[in-house]
Amino acid sequence: MIEILTTGLPNTVQDLGRPGHLALGVSHGGAMDRQALAIANLMLGNDPSAAGIEVALHPFRLRAHIDTAVAVTGAECAVSVGDRPCPPWWAMTIRAGETLVLEAPRVGARSYIAFAGGLDLPSVMGSRATDVKGGFGGFAGRGLSRGDRLALNPAQCRLPAGGIGAALEERRGAADGAASAIELRVLPAAEFDAFTPEAQAAFTGSEWSITNDANRMGYRLSGETLSLLSPLELLSHGIVPGTVQVPPSGQPIIQLADANTCGGYPKIATVIEADLWRLAQAPVGARLRFSPVSIEASTAALRANRQQRRDFIAARNLMAGEQRAP
Amino acid sequence: MVVGTPHISLAGSGALLLDGAQGAFNDTTQELVWAVANAALTLEGVCEAVPGMNNLLIVFDPLATDAPSLSEQLKSLWASTDAHAVAGTHHTIPVHYGGARGEDLAGWATHCGLSVDETVRHHAAATYTVAAIGAMPGFPYLSGLDPRLAWARRSTPRLKVTEGAVIIAGAQAGIMPMTAPSGWHIIGHTDVKLFKAEAELPVLLRPGDKIRFAIAGIEA
Repeated sequence: MIEILTTGLPNTVQDLGRPGHLALGVSHGGAMDRQALAIANLMLGNDPSAAGIEVALHPFRLRAHIDTAVAVTGAECAVSVGDRPCPPWWAMTIRAGETLVLEAPRVGARSYIAFAGGLDLPSVMGSRATDVKGGFGGFAGRGLSRGDRLALNPAQCRLPAGGIGAALEERRGAADGAASAIELRVLPAAEFDAFTPEAQAAFTGSEWSITNDANRMGYRLSGETLSLLSPLELLSHGIVPGTVQVPPSGQPIIQLADANTCGGYPKIATVIEADLWRLAQAPVGARLRFSPVSIEASTAALRANRQQRRDFIAARNLMAGEQRAP
Repeated sequence: MVVGTPHISLAGSGALLLDGAQGAFNDTTQELVWAVANAALTLEGVCEAVPGMNNLLIVFDPLATDAPSLSEQLKSLWASTDAHAVAGTHHTIPVHYGGARGEDLAGWATHCGLSVDETVRHHAAATYTVAAIGAMPGFPYLSGLDPRLAWARRSTPRLKVTEGAVIIAGAQAGIMPMTAPSGWHIIGHTDVKLFKAEAELPVLLRPGDKIRFAIAGIEA
């Protein structure tokens, strides 16, 4: 069992989400930075979709009430177990009574904590992800509070003394949105051609910043005003995470993991799936830039993403095998 | 029966949006949307089929199929599928009209140029069709609102509209399955639960279902 000591309500239990229920109005949800949670789980020998904690508000502290192992990935922040500081993207043992502390990120916005065996919570509609809007899944369908106690599934996880780490090539030196804009690859969406040539040019030619109105449902951006050639009245239609809508204000909204499953605003573009982690790690105030990409390049990025996970599993299995060898 | 040709666009690398809308919402087009949604789920690589209002979002695995060929398959489904009415379930939803939990009732009647009683009777006289479920878990987009009762949505959405609120906006009617923000007008409330996450069938209403509202009370 673990006990939450310091948290904020934006911190929730997440797994890889609840796909398959969009037609019931249920969002995919799940970790905003799916790769980070999957890798954290894989470092511990868990299924990549085991339930962990998404920390969007730091500092975060928890106490282990049993001897177990944890992995922390995602944002780059100071992490310690007991009095031992841990490198980023690290899996390590934690003993009963010890405290895991995540300080405010230096780079990025969301941290992921995976636990050996995963959090033991009931699956609701095929997932343990918290759906805050619907008030179900995760821990009591809500964000975590101080004093919450969460059980872990039984697990056998052997880590080398000192733990193990992971490093993802594409994250090395990635733009943080402060010194330089975070680049997001986009495909044009249904109403792209309904925008003025000036709006189309401004969309990919100028920088955007993330306003305070940013959460798991979506981010409101500020920048140049994007205008339509003429007003559009659309009927409600299904949307996916990454959809960039432009409401009458002309300031875009990027719909994310917990977005409503249907929308009615004109859509100028969609951020490709392989780049959604960049948004998950973009804090309020970060600068963004959209760059057009071909559908082939977008699919290739997704393929590389999945291959990376397979490679990681292979490497982890190899290492675990060596651990067991006499 | 062929209802126009849908406009197909990319919704990211893993989804296509088929838009069959030709101006205002059309019931026949919607029946085709439901039929194509069911048929599309049998196509290689298709993960989800999400009916909207006269449109259909198809979510697919881009590593199992590709957008251009899927787009062709969907076009031919649209042209060849029989748009038949889904044999939906009939539901009666008791509504307490007006009062503290139906605060827009009087304003709505004034907007329609009718008395409160007449407005309520017109609302309860129609048979509504669940056109699609979406936005939030279990939320029904209902078609069939008497055109005399249409009222454009509020210019500023309310941040909290409570679960059970019976609402209308434009030519559409709906019921809130949970407390959430909404720009629709609140005309009453019901105690019928539309969404229970833990239930075997979490959502009460399905596309094609028919709804009648029964007057449980009117409070001006």
